[in-house]
Amino acid sequence: MAFASKSPWVIHYDGSSCNGCDIEVLAALCPGYDVERFGIINTGNPKHADIFLVTGSVNEQNKAVIREIYDQMVEPKVVVACGICACTGGIFHDCYNVLGGVDSVIPVDVYAPGCAVCPENIIDAVVQGVAVLDEKSKALKKKRKEAAL
Amino acid sequence: MDLFYVLVGTVVFAVGGPVLGCLLAGIDRKVTARMQGRVGPSLLQPYYDVRKLLEKDRVAVNSSEEVYVATALVFTLLAGGIFFSGGNLLLCVFVVTLSALFFIVAAWCTRSPYAEVGASRETLQVMAYEPMVLFMAIGYALGIASMTGFLSFDVRAAFYMPAPVILSNVLVFAGLLFVLTIKLRKSPFDLSYSHHAHQELVKGVTTEMSGRTLAMVEIIHWCENVLFLGWVGLFFIWNSAASILLALAVVAAVYFLEIWIDNNFARVKWQAMLKGAWVVALVAGVVNIGAFVVL
Ligand code: SF4
Repeated sequence: MAFASKSPWVIHYDGSSCNGCDIEVLAALCPGYDVERFGIINTGNPKHADIFLVTGSVNEQNKAVIREIYDQMVEPKVVVACGICACTGGIFHDCYNVLGGVDSVIPVDVYAPGCAVCPENIIDAVVQGVAVLDEKSKALKKKRKEAAL
Repeated sequence: MDLFYVLVGTVVFAVGGPVLGCLLAGIDRKVTARMQGRVGPSLLQPYYDVRKLLEKDRVAVNSSEEVYVATALVFTLLAGGIFFSGGNLLLCVFVVTLSALFFIVAAWCTRSPYAEVGASRETLQVMAYEPMVLFMAIGYALGIASMTGFLSFDVRAAFYMPAPVILSNVLVFAGLLFVLTIKLRKSPFDLSYSHHAHQELVKGVTTEMSGRTLAMVEIIHWCENVLFLGWVGLFFIWNSAASILLALAVVAAVYFLEIWIDNNFARVKWQAMLKGAWVVALVAGVVNIGAFVVL
């Protein structure tokens, strides 16, 4: 059994979101939705996080930051793009400095569309992400075993 | 013979301490959630967290960090062993401080600016609570001495006393309660390593720790909590089986009080913590111990 799915700690990064999606992410953590029921905790530290929640599109300014946070996260890790901006660039897709969705810099595992993405959607996406996390955790275990042989 | 007891105690504590501590942490999170009007995670959530951390990939910043944290864990277990096998309270205090020092060194050795801020705050916390903790051990020994005539720091001595040590140590106990908030890493004194989201410079002392190392930090924290609550209970023990029940009831009440404080007070600056803890130690410790000497 993999325990990754039982305690997914998240880190949240605001790309160039209009703050609509950020507020929804935080709403999911508040008493009304209380995602801590599922063991989800908001950490401010990429080294402690399992799930990377990105809101807003990627631009020339934050490209390096998103990469850096992703690289500092410890495997197994999962990326969830929250909101249509993070999925594809959304309403800002043709702005001069917008590169597009989060998947233009790092691999994205789950897309949660919506403008703004509602808390129910975020929870759904995280639950899907948790399944991916479990798979990755199992793969990592297998790899470790093989390396030990 | 004493050494044998300590070794057996350490082995027992190495198994029982984490189990109890994990349940305590689970209760803490559940009660905290209820205080905030939430449902909260399952009781075993802290256990799941640690198991998850053990599954994570190994990416240590350097090879010494994990060694320091592991040493801190060993000394915490030893301190628990000394205490719960009825050994010397003063030695227990010193050993658990040594464990705190190794934890600080573990954070320093990573050279991360954020971890260093956490480490220096942790150092301030140790400075803040240490005088009162020492007064606690001295107050205990003098309490025993006032009943038997000779000084003993032995924890097991409490079980042979005609009355609990608290009767002559009310001020020392109040001081212990004050620094307990620092030792249990509860707000307003959770300066170096907070369990609450986003009030930390990244994540204080544990910024560079991940996976297995972070799991050990959690286990250290569990064991410490059990040990410190043991200190609280010790003040209510005397030569009677009922005293154990009383001690457990007091421990439960104190733990609830700590959770309540945690949820109702915002973090203070380190200056306030240091001054507060030292003033409390000076007033509670010196007056109480002075009374022993004078009377
Ligand atoms: S998806 Fe909508 S609400 Fe979310 S960041 Fe983009 S524009 Fe704002």
